[in-house]
Amino acid sequence: MGVRTWIEGWPVYRQLTGTDPLGRGAAAQSERSRSLTARTETADRVAKSVCPYCAVGCGQRIFVKDEKVVQIEGDPDSPVSRGRLCPKGSASLSLVTSPRRQQHVLYRKPFGTDWEKLDLETAMDMIAERVLKAREQTWEDADDEGRPLNRTLGISSLGGATLDNEENYLIKKLFTAMGAIQIENQARI
Amino acid sequence: MAEAHPVGFQWVVEAKNRGAKVIHVDPRFSRTSALANTHVPVRAGADIAFLGGIVNYILGNEKDFRDYVLAYTNASMIVSAKYRDTEDLDGLFSGFDPGTNTYDQTSWMYAGSEEHAGDSADSAAGRETASGLRHESHGVPVPADVPRDETLQDPNCVYQILKRHYARYTPEVVEQVCGVPREKFLEVCEAWTANSGRERTTCLVYSVGWTQHSVGVQYIRTGAIIQLLLGNMGRPGGGVLALRGHASIQGSTDIPTLFNLLPGYLPMPHHAQHPTFGEWVDEIRHPGQKGFWANAESYAVSLLKAYFGDAATRDNDWGYGWLPRLTGDHGTYRQALDMIDGKIKGYFLLGQNPAVGSAHGRAQRLGMANLDWLVVRDLYMIESATFWKNGPEVETGEITPESCRTEVFFFPAASHAEKEGTFTQTQRMLQWREKAVEPPGDARSDLWFFYHLGRRLKARLASSPLPRDAAIQNLTWEYGADEPSGERVLQEINGFDLSTGKLLSSFTEMKPDGTTSGGCWIYTGVFADGVNQAARRKPGSEQNWVAPEWGWAWPANRRTLYNRASADPDGKPWSERKKYVWWDPEKGEWTGADVPDFERTKPPTYEPPEGASGVAALSGRDAFIMQGDGKGWLYVPSGLIDGPLPTHYEPAESMVRNPLYGQQANPTRKVYDRDDNPTNPSPPRQHADVFPYVFSTSRLTEHHTAGGMSRQLAYLSELQPEMFVEVSPALAAERGLEHLGWAHIVTARAAIEARVLVTERLTPLRIDGRVVHQLWLPYHWGSEGLVTGDSANDLIGITLDPNVLIQESKVGTCDIQPGRRPVGKALLAYVADYRRRAGLAPGSRPPTVTTKDADGDQ
Amino acid sequence: MGINSLYGPLDPAPDAGYPDAPPRMGFFTDTSVCIGCKACEVACKTWNAIPDDGFNLLGHSYDNTGGLSADSWRHVAFIEQPAVDALAAAGRPEPQFLGMPGTTLPGESVPAGSRTDFRWLMMSNVCKHCTHAGCLDVCPTGSLFRTEFGTVVVQEDICNGCGYCVAACPYGVIDRREDDGRAWKCTLCYDRLGDGLTPACAQACPTESIVFGELSELHARADERVAKLHADGVGSARLYGHDQDDGVGGDGAFFLLLDEPEVYGLPPDPIVTTRDLPDMWKRAGLAALAMAASVAVSFLGRRG
Repeated sequence: MGVRTWIEGWPVYRQLTGTDPLGRGAAAQSERSRSLTARTETADRVAKSVCPYCAVGCGQRIFVKDEKVVQIEGDPDSPVSRGRLCPKGSASLSLVTSPRRQQHVLYRKPFGTDWEKLDLETAMDMIAERVLKAREQTWEDADDEGRPLNRTLGISSLGGATLDNEENYLIKKLFTAMGAIQIENQARI
Repeated sequence: MAEAHPVGFQWVVEAKNRGAKVIHVDPRFSRTSALANTHVPVRAGADIAFLGGIVNYILGNEKDFRDYVLAYTNASMIVSAKYRDTEDLDGLFSGFDPGTNTYDQTSWMYAGSEEHAGDSADSAAGRETASGLRHESHGVPVPADVPRDETLQDPNCVYQILKRHYARYTPEVVEQVCGVPREKFLEVCEAWTANSGRERTTCLVYSVGWTQHSVGVQYIRTGAIIQLLLGNMGRPGGGVLALRGHASIQGSTDIPTLFNLLPGYLPMPHHAQHPTFGEWVDEIRHPGQKGFWANAESYAVSLLKAYFGDAATRDNDWGYGWLPRLTGDHGTYRQALDMIDGKIKGYFLLGQNPAVGSAHGRAQRLGMANLDWLVVRDLYMIESATFWKNGPEVETGEITPESCRTEVFFFPAASHAEKEGTFTQTQRMLQWREKAVEPPGDARSDLWFFYHLGRRLKARLASSPLPRDAAIQNLTWEYGADEPSGERVLQEINGFDLSTGKLLSSFTEMKPDGTTSGGCWIYTGVFADGVNQAARRKPGSEQNWVAPEWGWAWPANRRTLYNRASADPDGKPWSERKKYVWWDPEKGEWTGADVPDFERTKPPTYEPPEGASGVAALSGRDAFIMQGDGKGWLYVPSGLIDGPLPTHYEPAESMVRNPLYGQQANPTRKVYDRDDNPTNPSPPRQHADVFPYVFSTSRLTEHHTAGGMSRQLAYLSELQPEMFVEVSPALAAERGLEHLGWAHIVTARAAIEARVLVTERLTPLRIDGRVVHQLWLPYHWGSEGLVTGDSANDLIGITLDPNVLIQESKVGTCDIQPGRRPVGKALLAYVADYRRRAGLAPGSRPPTVTTKDADGDQ
Repeated sequence: MGINSLYGPLDPAPDAGYPDAPPRMGFFTDTSVCIGCKACEVACKTWNAIPDDGFNLLGHSYDNTGGLSADSWRHVAFIEQPAVDALAAAGRPEPQFLGMPGTTLPGESVPAGSRTDFRWLMMSNVCKHCTHAGCLDVCPTGSLFRTEFGTVVVQEDICNGCGYCVAACPYGVIDRREDDGRAWKCTLCYDRLGDGLTPACAQACPTESIVFGELSELHARADERVAKLHADGVGSARLYGHDQDDGVGGDGAFFLLLDEPEVYGLPPDPIVTTRDLPDMWKRAGLAALAMAASVAVSFLGRRG
């Protein structure tokens, strides 16, 4: 920065020579203020999404910069919500980016007093083993009259109302093939 | 609505600004009331009396929209001469079986069709399997040709039965039962009827707290009766709109993670009712029946083809034999009690937190403490994952980490921003979400979790010789490499023409011969023309007000169901102002702002030929095309467990004796009489005064359900940081409660503590000559998160609606006392003492039937 | 420069050195459609990454924010007004407002006129972006400045935490943050405005209670709204902060209220705290200029 530009950038100089003699406006504007821009404008991409809270289904725009979500706000194109969000929808950014979010598989042994970390693949193998064991222990081929039952009552599941249709579809499909009928979600509550 | 669905409420505000009158009926003055023209405080649990009073007003003053009622409802149909009303039987309908506390529904049928009651006559089994839920997309079977009296004078026609049934629901009775002054009640009646008819329509909006009653289905039925009588169904600005509280709770009913349903409301096979494929399909389609449900075999075969692919053949009944069978009630509350009893080994929790969000939290937690293993998948650490170290039972010593055997796995879940897929919102609209970023760390989508669990199971069972493993071996399960493709799953749901490999565009293309597949027939068309219709984002400002090119609504992108009724019987709009869908005689087709919910080229004058069935049997005036008779049902001749007409019963817990009938509460409600699930006494039993107040629970704008997505966030937690209870100044004075002080609330299940908000938003009501105090609690708090507190759902016991097995959690009785609750073992003793005083000795089982001749013959 | 720059009607941006200033932008907050959802509070915090304000149950109806502060740039007030027996109220003399703290919540003891029903008032409060902004006038560092949109913004890179602005605000809006000492308040999303975007609160507001736009258009919209409410029988509707002849030259963020301003915790007659500054300046001006010049010379010397 040359001396001349440095002086011209100096608020008092600008105040004395410019259009803002009281120095409360243009002359007082800092370099930072002058270069401010909305982070939504500098995002790398925008994903079209839907609010994850209630079932009104408000449109959301998710702004991504450097593979991080930097802002979530209402989608003005949505005929449902016209760009608006409630306090929960407006908190979606912190829902997604909060440091309180769990990021590791945690495991609590029988009679254990605290969590321990577990490798994801190991945990998946352990779940598969337990599903098969529970199924074996509780399998029912037929009722007292010999009519087929083809099921287990040893496995339960609750949840789905906050999941995607595609997820619910796979859950129902897999559980049905496993013979596990006890699956429920918030729609029963 | 403003409280729990603020963004949806923008349309109410806009309507109000354009002159609409907004009436809010709610026990408590909420944010919605603040913007309404009128707030009507009502006693929690008395809604059928209130709405029944409106039915009586409509019929008594002949305010019904007669042309609509005659054309589109079953008002003129003649009911069996054997039918007896609750007016005749002191609160019971004909056919009651005191052995099972259910009905033989034969006498409720239309005259001459009594034998058609069929399977519905076995309502004990129907209750166990929540059979009412199957009717979400269609009515139960009834014959098409029913004797009618178009003059509505026959004493056994539906119109006259309705009139007699509600004749006693006068403004005076409404005042006596609901605590609503008759002037205020009449103001509602006049506003509703004056704003309905050819030129105007009225919309009835409820939030799903309405379903959380032992008569929940009948609440909504009463609303539907009013809307049918006033001609507000299938028309713009009308309808009965449910505001559902979870992003895809509609979707998780359509593509159910529910025990009694398969996708598209096909019933899960029942061991006794559906031993064979043929019997299963016939129960759905009812050969000879009118309507679109007649094609059920195509939907069923297409589902099995989607599940089992080439392994599903005609010779093996499309793999029907591999499906597991129900034997009764396998609902979530049955499961929780079975967990306590040690019958269940493993439990998956998928974005759900029953330790806080389900009724009877204590039973939920004690159940989870008696599992072999528990899998919790969530974004944040929730109470249901930490019950073994932080739950209320740890404080009382009932659960200790050292003695709790349950193995717990916590899997971090991907958020909505980190996966692609569709939510189905409350008006049946699917909206596709793009994936914005990868999930952090070990977090994965549930699609990933179940895809890879399924791959592991298939690998381990690949060479199993056991018949039980054939379903998994034959399951089609190819959705990509590591992260499965959501779009591929949605395409499977949509379905294919297997001979060409092309995506189907409509469920009408589905075939029963195995040449089509489709995982959920009502969703077929979401990939119409090979395009992901749910991903459509044409701005609302660039299309008509119905916005048909934003997302995709089932069925067939129809935004308002039964919209044929928006035109008169001749196919002309009822009025220019309310035109929506109409018959264009020039082009010979139905047209309008929405996709017509009718065969596009079937003229209004069409009469079905003799002996027609299925879709062909629907006349050009049968607007309610999924119903067996094409009519909107004022009276339900079959299919509801608790009666053909809504009747006022007191809640399972009430301090008021039913002023209308000897029968106190819904006689068919599902009860689990166990010592660990006690019910507070109600009249005519003694000791109701031990729990002298009515309480209700609901949501705050600032929080979400059990708090897992709100109490973890600072920006929401700071807005409502503490559990509280709202009481009126009068109740505060009666019990010595101070604003911002502590109080504790007690039921037979639990005592919880909360800070007190004394507010005039709660009003004592005068019921049957006495003052009834109501208090209100939010239910969002638990022991994890940035802000913690006791859970309101701990107060609530397990009593269910008989049709859908949803719990009564929006009304109960309680006591409230100043100060904090006892802690530790003293808390158990404190609640036990309340039970003792209330006469709830272990083993005591209250009678269900309380009619005057309950001990004698019904 | 004239006396006008510190008092009386004025278009502030051209006066502050923006000869080609865009139209003045502001908020019209219509409390008659506010549902108290607090989306504005959360959207503001989310966009501006403001810290939470503590988890305290205040018992002021549903208000647990308490007021505008360094960490709450929007604040939704809730006022529960009991049902009034109109006949009984008519027989009572109207109490005088003495400006003394009462024992009840504001508004509870205010006579209700023709109102009989219980009423729950909600209002989303915010910085008023005054035409004559006391905070800006007293700021010694030039941190507070007038933007080209006529709004008043704290520049966080300049503020030194002196706190003069806090005492100068007639509305008690601007506030210092405890941990960093600097002053913070609503910027009317200056960063978003520069890119032609709507401020976060107005964008989120479900019912259009908060409307953002050109101030002149907002005034016209507000006048229409008041007329409509009056025609609909809501005689208590009135505007607050719209009058350019008031003590702050009118606000860039003004309100439609359904009761007296005090009921909402707003000062009934705010006056810019620097109204009398020009008189003082006349005496101090020359000395200040001379000092500024000598400072400039000394800097040049050091830098050169």
